[in-house]
Amino acid sequence: MPDLGRYATEVLSAYAVTLLLLVGLIAASVWKARKVLRQLREAENRRDPSA
Amino acid sequence: MSIWEYANPRKFMATSGALLPWVSALAAILVIGGLVWGFFFTPDDFRMGSTVKVIYIHVPAAIMGSSAWFMMLVTSLIWLIRRHHVSALAAKAAAPVGMVFTLIGLITGAIWGQPMWGTWWEWDPRLTAFLVLFLFYLGYMALWEAIENPDAAADLTAVLCLVGTVFAVISRYALLFWNQGLHQGASLSMDAQENVADVFAYPLWTCVIGFLFLFVALVLYRTRTEIRARRLRALIQRERMA
Repeated sequence: MPDLGRYATEVLSAYAVTLLLLVGLIAASVWKARKVLRQLREAENRRDPSA
Repeated sequence: MSIWEYANPRKFMATSGALLPWVSALAAILVIGGLVWGFFFTPDDFRMGSTVKVIYIHVPAAIMGSSAWFMMLVTSLIWLIRRHHVSALAAKAAAPVGMVFTLIGLITGAIWGQPMWGTWWEWDPRLTAFLVLFLFYLGYMALWEAIENPDAAADLTAVLCLVGTVFAVISRYALLFWNQGLHQGASLSMDAQENVADVFAYPLWTCVIGFLFLFVALVLYRTRTEIRARRLRALIQRERMA
């Protein structure tokens, strides 16, 4: 860990907020993609159960 | 072979499906590599001290915040002129990604500004335009959700995108228009006089390219979801009509 001196709080909080927002964005994207894919498969199965 | 082939959802799904793992892997390598390089292996700046390490997240996020809007502008124009649904869905998919990058730029800028400028916020042209751009992102996303007819939503959001472009341009080039405000000039420029020192520039470029790949990966992924959601709506409508 580098010595961040008197600005440690500012630097670490900037990185923490960034990581939190990026992880949140990726998680939300994956969650929505899975939900839509599951619903689409269900709708396609209802339309053509043999598929 | 024409670029308009990708307006066909099947072609887009096939190509984006093949590209996505590579783009995602490159994004992960460049973002993690650039941030580790910048955070652990670069010195403090003689004026800014260790706060210079915020540059590796603030600058790439701010660049992508406004660049995302320009990408949305291009895809919105394609929708308005050629009526390709994939382009409208790509703009819709890009908005939350651009909004998050803009928010990261605003928050890290405030955190960096407090110790350097003595204030979290200043109503200078660049900062204000960037805040307005963030509000445009929220408005754009709200408009997509508020209108039930997807084509009407794509039309209206495309017009909103055209209007918001003014603020995307100002947030990027405010210093050329008004020589005032606290915010410094470009950190990365082709002009060697203006550029940051090489020891900071190399990891910074790595992060900028990494954030660009991250943006592309997320937009491809989210556009695929939007295309599937559009097909799902069509199937549900057919079920209701049957």
